This record gives sequence, C-alpha cells and structure tokens, in this order.
Amino acid sequence: MHPLLTSLLAHAPVVTDGAWGTELQKQGLAPGEHPDLWNLSHPDRVEEVASRYVEAGSAVILTNTFRSNRIALASHGGGVDAAALNAAGVGISRKAARGRARVFASVGPSGKMLMSGEVTEDELTEAFAEQCHALAVAGADAILIETMSDIEEARIALRAARTTGLPVIASMVFDSGKEHDRTMMGTTPEQVAAALADAGADAIGANCGLGIEGYIPVCTRLRKATTLPLWIKPNAGMPEMAEGHITYRTTPEEFSAGSLALRRAGADFIGGCCGTTPEFIRALAAALHPAR
Amino acid sequence: MPVIQTLYDAILNGNAKAAKEITQTSLASGVNPQALVDDTMIPAMNEVGRRYEANEYFVPELLIAARAMKASLELIRPLLSARGSEPVGRVVIGTVQGDLHDIGKNLVGAMLEGAGFEVIDLGVDVSPEKFINAAKEKHATLVALSALLTTTMHSMKGVVEKLNESGMRPGVKVMIGGAPVTQKYADEIGADGYSSNANAAVALARRLVAA
Repeated sequence: MHPLLTSLLAHAPVVTDGAWGTELQKQGLAPGEHPDLWNLSHPDRVEEVASRYVEAGSAVILTNTFRSNRIALASHGGGVDAAALNAAGVGISRKAARGRARVFASVGPSGKMLMSGEVTEDELTEAFAEQCHALAVAGADAILIETMSDIEEARIALRAARTTGLPVIASMVFDSGKEHDRTMMGTTPEQVAAALADAGADAIGANCGLGIEGYIPVCTRLRKATTLPLWIKPNAGMPEMAEGHITYRTTPEEFSAGSLALRRAGADFIGGCCGTTPEFIRALAAALHPAR
Repeated sequence: MPVIQTLYDAILNGNAKAAKEITQTSLASGVNPQALVDDTMIPAMNEVGRRYEANEYFVPELLIAARAMKASLELIRPLLSARGSEPVGRVVIGTVQGDLHDIGKNLVGAMLEGAGFEVIDLGVDVSPEKFINAAKEKHATLVALSALLTTTMHSMKGVVEKLNESGMRPGVKVMIGGAPVTQKYADEIGADGYSSNANAAVALARRLVAA
C-alpha cells in the first residue's frame, strides 16, 4: 500500500469531507455558474468552504477541481487555463488544511460519453493527464477520480493519474438497476473492483447516487471483492422537491448513525456527497471517533 | 408480414452493420418498408425496452440498439416520405438554459429516433425563446426538456409558460426529465409528462403524440 494511505489508515476509519457545490452556493455561487472558476475569481470563499470541513473534523479534504478538465471546461465556453484552475484549487485547499488535513485532488468525469463517440479515448487521456499533472505539481497529496458512471472513463483517468506517482483513488456512482447496485452502464460492484484494481488503483470506492443505507450493501460487496482500501461518500438521501426547492431529508444524526454500519461493512474512508454539510462531518467524526 | 428474424436480432444485439445490410437486402427484394418497420423493427426496440426495464440491458445495450435501429431507419425513411407517410412525431429536444449536461438528453434523443420520431436537437444551454422558435419553425408535436442540475431545472417552467403564451398549446406537448426532475414537478409546472429514463421516455412520447 502507498505509505500515505498506510499512515492515514492507521487511524481508520478516516473522516473525509462533505459536499462543496451546495456550500459554494451558500457563499453566493449563482445557479449554473461553473464552481471551479471561483478558484481564480473568489479564492477566499472557496477557502472558507474548505476551512469549515477542516474545522468540522475532516482528515482529508478535496479540491474545488471536479470539473476542471479541459473537456468539461470547453462546454462552458472555453478560454480558461485548465492548469491554472487546478493549481489554484490545490493551493486553496492546502492553505485551508494548514497541515491538519490531507488534500486529495478531485477529478470528475468529462461529461461526454465514450461509447457514443462524443469523445475519444485519446482526448480523455490528454485531458485527464493535463489535469492530474497540474494537481500534482501544485502539491496535492493524492488524486481522487470520482463520480464516474463509466468504468472505461474511470480507467482512462486512473491511468493518467498514476503517471504523477501520487496515490490514486477511483470512485464510481452506483444508482442503476432494480437493486441500485449497478453503475449507469450496468457494471456491478464486483466488476468495478476488478476493473479498477487492474488499472492500478490504490483504493476504490463509491460516491453520489445513493444515500447511506443504499451504499451499505454496495460497500459489503466491494469489501468481499477487493483487499484495497474502500472510499465511500453517500448523498444525504435522495433529493426531494418541497415548495419549489430541492431538499435532502437525511439529518446529520441519521447520517452518522448510518456511518457506523458503513464502517462495519468495510469502509475505510467515509464522508458525504450531495446534500451533506460541515454539520454532517462533525456528526460523522463524533460517531466514528467518540474518544477524540 | 412475418418478423424478419435476422433484422430483429441485429437490432436487439445492436449490430448496426448487419441491420443496415439486412434492410438493404430486404428492400431490394421488394419488402414493404412500412411493414418492415411495424412488424420487425419496432417489436425489436420494444424487446430492447423490456430488457432494459427488467435490468437485463443497461445504457450501453440501449445505445447500440438505438444506433442499429437508426442505421436501418435511415434507409427506410426516404421511401416512407416518398409515399407521403409522416414520422411518428417531431420532437424538439434540448438541455435547458444554464445547464450544459447532455448525456441524458442525447440518450433520449437516440431512443426517440430509434422509435421513428424526427428529432431536432437544440443542444445544451437552450433558452426558452429558442425552444419556442424551433417548435414553431419545425412544426414540432413535442418539446422535450432535460436538466441535470437542481439549480437549472426551474428554467423548464419558463419554457412551459412561453409555450402557453405562444398559443401553440395544447397541440405541442411538453415532456421533461433529468436527475432532479419528478412527476410532481412536471405537474407543478404544467408539463404533460415526466419520465425517469430514456426507455420510458419513448413510451411517454408515443402516448403524448397519440393523445
């Protein structure tokens, strides 16, 4: 195992962070605005979000670089320096971490589909390599390939990330099929574990798409299928509409109660995705590490 | 007319090359193009849909089947229009203003084309005005709206309102979809229908144009 993961996992389960997009909106990010552009235009507000997670007890925080690959940026009109955006994102999270948390750099999907020919393997490789290189040079501790629906795209990103020499975690969305135990493309936890391990992941996992109860069986199956550390970030339940607003029903208390079951199911890194806040992380840290 | 099993299988298995070749051979031997669509191709896509609903097929299988269907339809459609037969319906589709996500929208578009609809794809970040103008120009029977973000889905309401003002309703139906969208939201904004996936979108579109 990579020494960084070994040292973190000496204190397993490791509490990671919660959602960024909704927190940035609380800081004034407009609907439809590209959140990552704030790394250059509003670095102080991005840092505020990162700091709140560190204060809440995150031992690992991410970076505001989820959509900072050149393919996703191009659909926003282009004209943005992807490398500068990624470097700024790492700088902000490192500053907020103040040595109290590790910075895992977030790499999200391209938003294009390989199998329908919207994007080629070479284009993806180039975009992810460019992003991962910028993240590594700026001082990220590890790279997190996350919220992937297509195992092929995840593997391409994973291989590009590995050229940096940093530890790489790859995390898929499970939200399809009757039992909600498949990716959008129909891949099972067992197939995901095999495919990501084969592409050289240092840890694998699941995020977004499901609430914490939904990820307990997925985590159990991933645990059986691999010896690699497991990274799990569920949503705060499923989004619901109430009086024209989106709400997530799960409370921090319910989420932290669920995290104990997730730990028993074999999760090593636990945090939250859509709808979770610093309050969720505080509750999570208290539940998973009551003595601290 | 009996099912042409080889064509049925080619569509079911997403073999576009075979689907195209068998269609060519069948047409050359004098098969009625409409019967080919009605008795072989649509039943094949229905089976694709059934398998998707039963979790035997997932998005990749859906996509390649739609592609095979399209390859075959491209040969047949000119013959059908020459006979004066119209497409099942004309759909103006797009991702709403402020939203740049197109995977779901593209999937629905591909499935609708596979089902014999004429699909006019306006792309992403489409303003309500653009939807209205395209629906008017293309004599659309359906407007299909997609949104992935909770923050952009509210633009759907604006499209429905503008369509109402344009006087094109109720002749033009509106269907909506995307991760945060629900049937309740469709009812709230006065859309005619909601579907949770690309396969259900086809059934919904058929029902709406038949209404």
